[in-house]
Order: sequence, then structure tokens, then C-alpha cells
Amino acid sequence: MTRIRGGLIDRGTSLSFTFDGKTYSGHPGDTLASALLANGVRLMGRSFKYHRPRGVFAAGSEEPNAMVELREGARREPNTRATVAELYEGLVAKSQNRVGPLSCDVLAVNDVLSPFFAAGFYYKTFMWPRAFWEKLYEPVIRRAAGLGQLSMQADPDDYDSGFLHCDLLVIGGGAAGLAAALTTGRAGARVVLADEDFRLGGRLLSERDPLGGIPAVDWIAGLEAELDSLPNVRILRRTTVFGAYDHGIYGAVARVADHLKTPGAQVRQSLWRITAKRTVLAAGATERHIPFADNDRPGIMLAGAMRSYANRWAVTPQAHAADPVAIFTNNDDGHRTALDLMAQEVPVLGVIDTRSDAPKLGDYTLFPDATVTGSKGRLGLTQIQITRAGQSTWVDCAALGVSGGWNPNVHLASHHRGRPVWDAATQSFLPGPGGPEGMHVAGAAAGRGQTGLALADGAKAAVAALAQIGMSASLPELPAPEATADTLTPCWHVPSKKRAWVDFQNDVTVKDIALAHQENMRPVEHLKRWTTLGMATDQGKTANVTALAVMAELSGKSIPETGTTIFRPPYTGVAISALGGGDSGDSFRPRRLTPTHSWAATRGAVFTEVGAWMRAQYYPQTGETHWRQTVDREAKAVRAGVGLCDVTTLGKIDVQGADATTFLNRVYANMMGTLRVGRVRYGLMLREDGFLYDDGTCARLAEDHYVVTTTTGNAGLVYRNLEFARQCLWPELDVHLISTTDAWAQIAVAGPNARSLLSRIVDDFDLSNDAFPFMACSTLTICNGLRARLFRISFSGELAYELAVPARYGNAVMQRLAEQGADLGVTPYGIEALSVLRIEKGHAAGAELNGQTTADMSGLGMMVSRKKDSIGVVMSRRDGLAQDSRRMVGLQPVEPTHTVTPGAHLFAQGDPQDMAHDQGWITSACYSPHVGSSIGLGFLLQGDNRMGEIVIAANPLAGETTQLRIVPSHFVDPEGERLRA
Amino acid sequence: MLIPHPLLGLRDAEEFVYLGDASLMQRPDPDSPTALTDFCDYVFLRDNPAGVHRELWFHEQGDRSWLVVTRNTLTHEILGAELATDAARPTVTQEPSA
Repeated sequence: MTRIRGGLIDRGTSLSFTFDGKTYSGHPGDTLASALLANGVRLMGRSFKYHRPRGVFAAGSEEPNAMVELREGARREPNTRATVAELYEGLVAKSQNRVGPLSCDVLAVNDVLSPFFAAGFYYKTFMWPRAFWEKLYEPVIRRAAGLGQLSMQADPDDYDSGFLHCDLLVIGGGAAGLAAALTTGRAGARVVLADEDFRLGGRLLSERDPLGGIPAVDWIAGLEAELDSLPNVRILRRTTVFGAYDHGIYGAVARVADHLKTPGAQVRQSLWRITAKRTVLAAGATERHIPFADNDRPGIMLAGAMRSYANRWAVTPQAHAADPVAIFTNNDDGHRTALDLMAQEVPVLGVIDTRSDAPKLGDYTLFPDATVTGSKGRLGLTQIQITRAGQSTWVDCAALGVSGGWNPNVHLASHHRGRPVWDAATQSFLPGPGGPEGMHVAGAAAGRGQTGLALADGAKAAVAALAQIGMSASLPELPAPEATADTLTPCWHVPSKKRAWVDFQNDVTVKDIALAHQENMRPVEHLKRWTTLGMATDQGKTANVTALAVMAELSGKSIPETGTTIFRPPYTGVAISALGGGDSGDSFRPRRLTPTHSWAATRGAVFTEVGAWMRAQYYPQTGETHWRQTVDREAKAVRAGVGLCDVTTLGKIDVQGADATTFLNRVYANMMGTLRVGRVRYGLMLREDGFLYDDGTCARLAEDHYVVTTTTGNAGLVYRNLEFARQCLWPELDVHLISTTDAWAQIAVAGPNARSLLSRIVDDFDLSNDAFPFMACSTLTICNGLRARLFRISFSGELAYELAVPARYGNAVMQRLAEQGADLGVTPYGIEALSVLRIEKGHAAGAELNGQTTADMSGLGMMVSRKKDSIGVVMSRRDGLAQDSRRMVGLQPVEPTHTVTPGAHLFAQGDPQDMAHDQGWITSACYSPHVGSSIGLGFLLQGDNRMGEIVIAANPLAGETTQLRIVPSHFVDPEGERLRA
Repeated sequence: MLIPHPLLGLRDAEEFVYLGDASLMQRPDPDSPTALTDFCDYVFLRDNPAGVHRELWFHEQGDRSWLVVTRNTLTHEILGAELATDAARPTVTQEPSA
């Protein structure tokens, strides 16, 4: 065991967990990584490309190596960093990216073959033959590479999303962030403090230094208690602010229940959208390493991480307490790790410092002006090679902490246009200008990481941020531990003939960078793509700056001349489920129900989605075994008796005002100015580019009052465009619009018995053909006083009406009509029968108005008025559109048992079936009970002049051809006698 | 993004539908001898500046007003927003009939 004294773990409680099937024990406060180390497990994974054995490298979200599959079944989550996975009772984790056991991965053969897998290998090798990529290379490579595996099951948990607003958002709960939150909280401003860890304190939790004369953890607890007591402070623990968006909006994901075995009644994660007037970015810093030969063995880790494990989690990285540990550093902070380990009685064999003037800060062996030049140990470190003045010595070493300095976490500061700038004093990139508006960077993220500096910096940043929004705050009294100015002399890598890893997760070595340099892939952007540097799930948090420095060295340029590293959201990976915020399945989008939905449901209707609506598709009756049986019955019943169909979903727009007529005349392509009160006219809308856009009816209820209908799918769009015309094109017109789609329930009453049925519910209203002819409209009352609107319009081609009543009466009126019409053979019909009836009648609908057709093509060209201006009329006359000779036709199979397939293309008999000979296509088709065969509508070259001709419908997808006869598109009642009856 | 609606204050951009260049408000004169060319330009040709841009946004999930928003396309800074009905427009091509 390598558990040592102290630490922020609850030793009174034990938690059992398994890793690769073996059971271990840890404590609350542990991460999976710390608990595994405490159990002497150092080998945690395999690298991406070479399948090298890997152990934990860091102690936070920057971890490149220790990636596991966490949980089982549908909850299995690949590529989870063991360093941030909070331990819970019953946790199950498995190592990934291996074939066979972790200690004996078959694909480790890649490591032996590594000379072949250098940077650019894939680009160069898998170029030929071209067809092999998709069929052979890619599947094989994907199987061999790739990290964890998805469960391929639906996520069983709930997610949520919410909005937060604040004066100041503080990102990071370390020294600077806590000081900023305290300053803001005491000033009474609304503050949101978010930290990715499950415990506030950031780096303070990993250090032994007291704060204000008490242990840092006690100082944090006091501060936390004060923040908790302030109603204007909201603390979001386990919450990562992953992106900075425009105008002070930040995205954050809260891992609400990731630390539990199952979420229970809670959501698993919440997505927060935080709108902040000002922001303090106190995201801390990430330590960088120094690449040397074979630097990727389990047991080699960041020195700061080693210190975190010892101080916060009371574990050391070596397997046995007596094994020696060493530090390899180019700066003073590395020595601090040695001192902390020694304080915990961990045997330190020495500090290897690249600097000739390295200080000796304690009672340990110092190797100044020395480097580590090699390592041994197949599954874990056993020896390191120390080289000094050309002399190399192998020494036993079970764990090595490496420190190459600290990189400020500038990520969110560069999410907009901010480019980090190189700072020679700290040898790091600091946040540059052009970052998100209103963001103040403080503490280690701004290169001021020393505890006293960070505390003061956070408080100052908060005061400055609040001052910008007119709020005053005073600096709180904060502990000011003595600043020890850490020094650092850059050492970016130790040259070697062997491989020295820069990016562990994607297996990018110094050699790969040298190869990229040699092949002229020198700009940072090329380097990244050629070597895949920084493209793994960790996004190169521990690698990018080092790689840039190595490239600078190779090109003989300075680091700022070589480039900079910028970042895009997200800071760490965000689950798609979290981004969905619970909007999945039934909650994916609002579901709109028609006013007669419950009535239809009691009649056994089958529903289908039409846009956002659920509409009755058909109403099966006992004994009907196939939907076609039902639909045929419904369609026949309409033509023979009377049918009822809810058509509420068609868009309805109320148009009122003194200039309503002028307005409608400009938005409809056909003449509307001559429509009399009490009459309805079919209306055609074009897009400004001249194509057909939408059709519907326009009913004039009064001099200054019209009701316009649109197709169901375009209801929102037509309304938007009419408002555009009203507000942006002709604001001088006295006209107002409102969508009344949801306000009125509308029921089609269609069939020869429609008049008889309606006469039973209208109040003293003359329905006779003379008083209320085809295309009449009126307001009236029904059922003893219910206000209603009646339109004599027909989609089915039968004598038909559409009756509108206030939406809340829709269900009752439908029920009343069904009761009253029992002896008339009344039949509810769904949208399948509706579609059959309109194809039989040859009415254009969505499939014909697909944005690629014109009024001429649909046989409606004569309607487009040349006597007035209207939207689209000028462009409808342009070359290409006006000459298009394709026309809408009806189609019927020559052999009555054959089917007409929508989507099939039309060819002249004997012509080759290719693009050059394409003569049109089939838009709609159905089985027509009226005709007794399959029928269809389509567009065909010169279709209006080819009645009776036989053409070929080709459906190459199914390898089918069918002979079709061209017929007029009105399969039923071509003279229109029925609808005028 | 947040859009400063002239009547409703700062509103989330998610409430709006974006259309594009505010030049769409300048519908050409259909009776001009060059009407066809003018309409081709109007329908198909847009400026796409990297910088300050006047553009149309529709407050669909709000008060259904069309706004002319002046936005810097490089920084997303919003320099102003006005109701389209108040915005400058070309001469009217047709007088409203009674």
C-alpha cells in the first residue's frame, strides 16, 4: 500500500470498486485515479497508437493517459478520465484500447512497428488504391485505434438545462476565484462561482502551506460558509464552464449525479447558460512536462500532480513505500514536491535539475545541470538514467515527478478572437487582447499563481469588474503568505535518439515534430494536422506549448515567431445528452395536438406527425387488417356520403385594415382586389425569385377583414414573410396581421350529404346553392348560438364546406356532427384519405409545391396577373422559368395492377434512362378506389400536349420500370359539377 | 448573442429568426425598364462584409417585429437595433388604393 498520512479523504468510510474485474477499496474524497494508486495499481491504460502501457500522468481534467470505461450497460461511458471520476460505492471501471488483458495487450505490436507509424504515415500510405480506403483501411484502422467503446444503448438518464443571470461569473474556485467571489458577494452583487472539482479550493487543496495561520482547508471552509450564507452568491460545484459565447453568455455543464452510482430522482447532468455582466476567469494553470527518452512509463507523472496525490489524497505513486522517488525539474516548484514528499517520509533519491545554478531547498540530493535521459520498466518505472556532464548513470527509481513550468489556462480567454501572447518573464503564454468582452483574468491563469498574489489578484479583478458596471466593492482582508519568487530556466526537451513523448494520448513524440519540420509542416496549424498533436480528447493540455517550443527550437526561431496556441470550446468534453439538456424523445420539440385530438383518439385513430402536429392518419375499424382497407373505405365514404376531417393545422392569418385589399393584392400573384365580401378565392403565392411558394384560400369576411389560409407546413413561414412585406416593404399600408391558426378549430365536411348534415346544426342559415354557392363564406352561429365561420371550399372535389369554431369548441362540434350524421353515413377520415381525395381531384400540394416548380408548370400560369405588381411576378417572367415546358399531368399504369411510385423519373419509351433524357418526375401517388388502380401526379416535359401517350417511369433505386399512361390530372369530376352541386 | 430590441430591451438571439442583409428592404421598382436586372440583383446578390453590417432579424418568438440590427460580423458587437418600420427605406413604388 502506498497510502500515507493526512489527505482530504474520509478514512472512516470505505468504498469498494472494481477495475478490470478486480475489487479494490478507497474512501470518500478519492478519485478513481487516487484510489487505484493507493491500491498499488499504476498501469491504467494503453496509448492510442502504439498501445504503450500508461499510468496516471496528472491529477485533474488535463489527464492524457488514465482513460477508462466507467459504469456498465447503457450507462457505460468511454474515455472517462480517472483523475476526475469521483469514487462511489460500487464503481465499475474498465481499461480500454487493448486486445487481451491490459498488462499484455496484443496490439502492443504497434510499438515494435513504430518506425513505420511516424507522423504522416496514414496520409502517405493509405492513398492507393483509392477504393481501399472506405472498404479496408478505414475499418481496420478504426478497430485498432479508437479509444473506449460506446454502449450502443439509449442513455437511461435525465438531463436538464437552465438559465442563470449574474453581475459577475467567477470561473474557478481556487485562490483567485474564491477571493473574487468573496469580494463580490460582500458587495451584494449577484455572483455565480463555478468550479469543475467536487471540492472548492483548486490548487490550495494540494499544498501544505497554511493560510492566515490555519490550514488552508480550514480557511477555505470558513470562506465557503460565508459564501453559502450570502443569498446573492450561487456556488456551482462539479461544474465546468466550457465555453465563452457572445455578449457575456457562458456555457457550463454541472455533473449533478456523476458521483453517484445511479442518479435516482436527480438528473445526471445540467446544462447552464449563464449570462454574466462581467466575468473573472480564475481557471488556474496546468503544469507542463519535459520530454525525455521513454518518458511515458507508468510512474512518471507531473511533479505537481505527485504533490496533489501526496497532500490531497495521501497516496504516493510508487508501488512500495520504500521505493525511491525522484524529481526532474527546470524550476523551483519541482523542489517543492520533493520537500512535501519528504515531509510525508517518502524516500526521495534526489532532485535532477537542468539548471547549473539550481537551488537546494532542503535535505535531499541535488543533481544540478543534469537531465534524465532514459527510463526502464515494462509496465511501470523501475530505473531512470541521470546524465550530468556527459556521464550517465542508471539508478533505481519507482516514480519520477517532472516539472517544466506552468501554463496558464488561457482557454476561455481565447474563445473569441483573443490570441495568447508569449511572456518571457514567466516563459508562458498569457491571455492576450481581444478576449471575451467583460472578462478579467486573475491568478495563475494570468501568470500570477503564487498563493498570495492569486488571492490579491482575484479580489482586485472583482473590484475592477464591478466598477465597470457601476457597483462598488472593497478589497477584503486576505491572507498574504510570503511570496517566494519561483525561478525557471527553460528546458523544452532532452535530446535523444529514442522516442520522447510530447503528446501522450495521441502518441506524438519529439521525433514526429522533427519529421513535420523536415517535411515543411512548420506552422502550428500544419504541425497539428500532420502529427495529430493536441487532437486527442485532452486537446493537448499538457502538450501543445511544449510542442510549439520544440518546433521553435528546430526552426531556430523564437516561440512567438513560431506561433501561438488558441482554443475553441469546449474546455473539456461535453456529453451530447447534456447539450440536449433533456430535449430528447417526446420532449425533443413541442407536440401540437389538434382540437379534435381526444375525439379522434376515442374513435381509434392512428396518428402521425405532420410538422409539429399530430394528425389522425386514418380510423381503422374492427375487421380491417391493412391500412389501405381503411383508407379506401374512408375515401369512398366521402365520395358517396359525407366525411369529417380536422383541417385546423392549415395556417390561418387574419388580415385587417383599410389597406388590407391592397396588401393582399401585392402578396398574391393572382388578382385579389376584385374579391367581393362573402366570397372566397383560391390564392397563389410566389417567392420573389418567381417560383411557386404556397397556395391557400383568401376569404373576405368584411370590407376591411380577410382570412387567409396557408398550407400546414408553411404556416409559420408565410406569416413571417407577410410580416416582412408589411413591415419592411410597405409599412405605409394600414394593415395588420395575426396568426389565428390555434384560435379556430376547422373541420372539413365533405361529400354529397355535406349540406344535409350541416343544415342540422346551423342556426337559421340558408345553405341552398343559390344563397351560399361554391366559394361563398360567411360568419354565422351554430348549435344555438355558437359563433362560427363557414367556407364553401373543397379540397376533395366533392360538395364541401369548412366550418370554423373557436378552438375550445372543436372537439364538441366534431362530436355533434358525427352524432347528427349517423343516418347520412358520416365517416371521419384521416390525412391518408385526404391525400387520396386530392390526388384524384388533381390538386397540387406540398409535393408539387417543392420550391422548384412554377405556376405555369402546375397549370396555374393563367392565374398570375400581369395587371399588377406582386411578389415574384417580375422574376416569374425571367428566362429559364418562363420557358420551362414541364407540365403537371395525371399518370395511370398501363397494366392496372402496377403501381405508380413517387420519386420515379419519367422517360420517353426507347430513350436511355439517364440525366440527358430525363423528362420529369412523379410527385404524388396513391391507390385510387375511385379509379380502381394506382394513380399519380407528376411533372412531364410538354405534358399538356401528350395526353394518352405511354411513358416509362424509372426507379433505379429498386431497379424497376413501369409503363404509365398520361392522363388529365383530374381523375374525378373534371367538369367540377360535384363541388358546385 | 443578445439583441437590444428597441421596445423590449435585451433579448436572446434564440428568440429571433435571421434573414440577412437589410438591403432586402429596398425592393426594386417593378415598372422600371431595368426591372428584371434590378430584381436579379435584389434576389441573388448580397454583400457579405467582414465588419459592420445592417441586417434583418425577425422576433418570431416575441412581438413579431422585424428589426434592422447593425452588427459587426467580426466581433459580433451590436451597434444598434431599430424597428424596420422606423428604418430608412426607398421611395414607395405604388400608392395605396382606397
